[in-house]
Amino acid sequence: MPATTVRSSIPTVERATLGNGLRVVLAPDRSSPVVAVAVYYDVGIRSEPEGRTGFAHLFEHLMFQGSASLEKMEHVKYVQSSGGTLNGSTRLDYTNYYEALPSHALERALFLEADRMRSPRVTEENLANQIAVVKEEIRVNVLNQPYGGFPWLTLPPVLFETFPNAHNGYGGFEDLESATVDDAQDFFDRYYAPGNAVLVVGGDLDPGDTMGLVERHFGDVPARAVPERPDFDEPAPTSERRAEHVDAHAPAPALALGWRLPDPADLAAYLPFVVLSSALTTGDASRLRRRLVHTDSVATDVGTHIGVMQDPFDVRNPTVLTLEAHHGEDVPADRVVAATDEELDRVATGGVERAELERVVARLESAILQGSDHVLSRTLSMAAFEQQRGRAELVGELAGHVAQVTPEQVRAAAATLRPDNRARLDLLAGAR
Amino acid sequence: MSEQPAEPLTEPRAVPGLGKVRRAKLPTVAERVLPSGLRVVAVRRASVPVVHVRLRVPTAVRRDADLARAGMLEHTMLLGTAERSQSEIADALQRIGGSLRASSDADRLLLAGESLAAGLPDLLGLLAEVLTSASYPRAEVDREAARLADLLGRRLSQPGVVADERWLRQVFGDHPYGREYPAPDEVLDVSAASLRSAHRRRLVPDGSLLVLVGDLSPARVLDRVERAMAGWSGDGSPTSVPRVKRFTPGALQLVDRPGAVQSNLRVGGFALPRTDPDHAAQELANAIFAGPFVSRLTQNIREDKGYTYSPRSSLHHNTRASFALLQADVATEVTAPALVEVGYELGRIATLPPSADEVESMAQHLVGVLALSTSTQAGLAATLSVLLAEGLGVDWLREHPQRLLAVTPEQVHEAARRVLAPATRAVTVVGDAALVGDPLRALGPVELT
Repeated sequence: MPATTVRSSIPTVERATLGNGLRVVLAPDRSSPVVAVAVYYDVGIRSEPEGRTGFAHLFEHLMFQGSASLEKMEHVKYVQSSGGTLNGSTRLDYTNYYEALPSHALERALFLEADRMRSPRVTEENLANQIAVVKEEIRVNVLNQPYGGFPWLTLPPVLFETFPNAHNGYGGFEDLESATVDDAQDFFDRYYAPGNAVLVVGGDLDPGDTMGLVERHFGDVPARAVPERPDFDEPAPTSERRAEHVDAHAPAPALALGWRLPDPADLAAYLPFVVLSSALTTGDASRLRRRLVHTDSVATDVGTHIGVMQDPFDVRNPTVLTLEAHHGEDVPADRVVAATDEELDRVATGGVERAELERVVARLESAILQGSDHVLSRTLSMAAFEQQRGRAELVGELAGHVAQVTPEQVRAAAATLRPDNRARLDLLAGAR
Repeated sequence: MSEQPAEPLTEPRAVPGLGKVRRAKLPTVAERVLPSGLRVVAVRRASVPVVHVRLRVPTAVRRDADLARAGMLEHTMLLGTAERSQSEIADALQRIGGSLRASSDADRLLLAGESLAAGLPDLLGLLAEVLTSASYPRAEVDREAARLADLLGRRLSQPGVVADERWLRQVFGDHPYGREYPAPDEVLDVSAASLRSAHRRRLVPDGSLLVLVGDLSPARVLDRVERAMAGWSGDGSPTSVPRVKRFTPGALQLVDRPGAVQSNLRVGGFALPRTDPDHAAQELANAIFAGPFVSRLTQNIREDKGYTYSPRSSLHHNTRASFALLQADVATEVTAPALVEVGYELGRIATLPPSADEVESMAQHLVGVLALSTSTQAGLAATLSVLLAEGLGVDWLREHPQRLLAVTPEQVHEAARRVLAPATRAVTVVGDAALVGDPLRALGPVELT
């Protein structure tokens, strides 16, 4: 029998909504004297306007450039000199800002996040500086890197047709260079309203005291109109969409396939794909690794993940299941695709054994538990769950939901991944 | 919610001070040295029902061919045992929500794994089975050699990796520390028979260290480990790399990468071991120079000049040498100006003491980061595995914060003079030589390689 007798660890959570609309979740865990603070704004890459590709990410950088009470660099100095770490990230559907610190610095972190929610300090000078920094970020991660942006930047324009879903979220240099201080002010006014954000604090905290501190620092951030979230849905492909991408730095070819998935909001319909993805490529016991890598040796590596940024729970509709495979120059990509299709067919017709499913679920549960052991990653997960699903507690409940997925659901999920409803991107090795 | 007038809202407000410090409880450690010489350390941290294991085997790269063989051992240890095929091992690991993976460097091989807490007996059984009877089946070994060669080809196509490798070569020469990765061709030459022989001779319990951290009972786990590992024996002794020769920095090494839109700068040299009394001061010097975001170099070449995204200097501790290495990837057109700033910041910290504020702030930062990094099962397991293998004890986790907070600006200055002085640094640049060569030559001798 698999060792799947995991004890439930659903966090005790306190919730409030401030008068300005800010939603607050507190999740105490006093096992270590550390806390994490996360602010999630409900705006991401999909909301940036045409002609402003990369703006959501550029704006994330600008949120570190000073604020109502703080000069440039002061925010960072206060966090780091308190023994903390900090960062932010820009995803398709949200932009987040977070700190992990010793618990005695909690009030300071709340003050700092409130201060930039009140008013970031964007100037011509720091805008120009951060445009230069973002360009170096794009060069180091994409332009100067073999397989840079593959497939997270290169597959969406093959699979999707509308600008919000298809465009390059890092941004074109022309768009970045033409960004203005007014653009930044408009973006802030429109999307960074307290009512468009979720604040989650996790770790070594007293809920009553902390709620008081939250009210003290965030309570008087002025309320503003909350933008309506657009529906970014678009029709799925009805025939295979294909493209080739020549990577000048790559020494060997690669392949990406992408399929549309059900709306993640429907967790019961979505989770079978999370389980399927793990059954296909997590570990040496997985089906595609066995077939493509061990048995046929047509691929040197294969992986699948849910969502272009590899986190199944950081994204709303529409989203994708992505397959990425690396293969030798002597192996035609068609052979990799054919073997993949055969394996998907085997699941779609033969299903998965109960024992196999139990093993896959044990591995997923273990990964979920390991993620929740870290105060910061646990807090970030709670913030995404709260923002997108209204339920931070899912951080502790998810393993139980995953265990409910049936062999028939996994079979049915595989049956939707067909050659005629996917995108296929062949990466050609330009460095050979 | 009280409505307030618009103006005062953007008036500066005072930043709150810090509350009362709560110290982390040090973990309770149970320890036993088995008759085979294997040292076992078990720590209870029951935050989630998972256990982590880290086994370090001190088997060193001593000759050129050892590097490819060590790389192949990593990728082939789990291909089969006397009792199980690769698939059966993988199934067994998956069943306990587990994984097991090998990695190595010039000093040692590391087997790292974890499982759901209830699966620990199975995980230990698998670990022992792999150690005592890994079979290295020939067909699978050949397949993995081809895969590893492909992986190495992709890795060595990354300009940052090329820069790291060339810098190591410049500083350590032919010594095993002189490169991290074997060439793809070398791994294709490693035979299954040589892996079986290397496993038998080199993966021995004497001198090895097994750390277990998680939802476990330390005393019971020691007994369980002793039973599980009873069959792991071997006559060999730990091996170590040869002594490292003194290094004299020469000309800047420029590696041509035509068309590159960035240059990868690597600047570094020898540093003090973690066991040195001045280690805390050196950590502070390195962090103030180019550690976290607040560090001087990040403020200078990122936040002031926009030359780069993420510059960082790190301390690396090998058994026979420690070094500090700055990695900064900068726009091609500012390659030489960025290097001028690196030299300036190195020179500044090596010749002038930092302010008391700067030292105090950075000490607080390093103390906090240590607490964060050891607040998870996985982080604690990784940290303890490193500390104990270097001959330090779990007490180090309590004492090191105090050491950091006691360091004076003069001590930071003295450490910086010893480990960050520009005159002692080796410089490697990977970039478009046609564009960056002449500007770099204006700064000093350049050797195009």
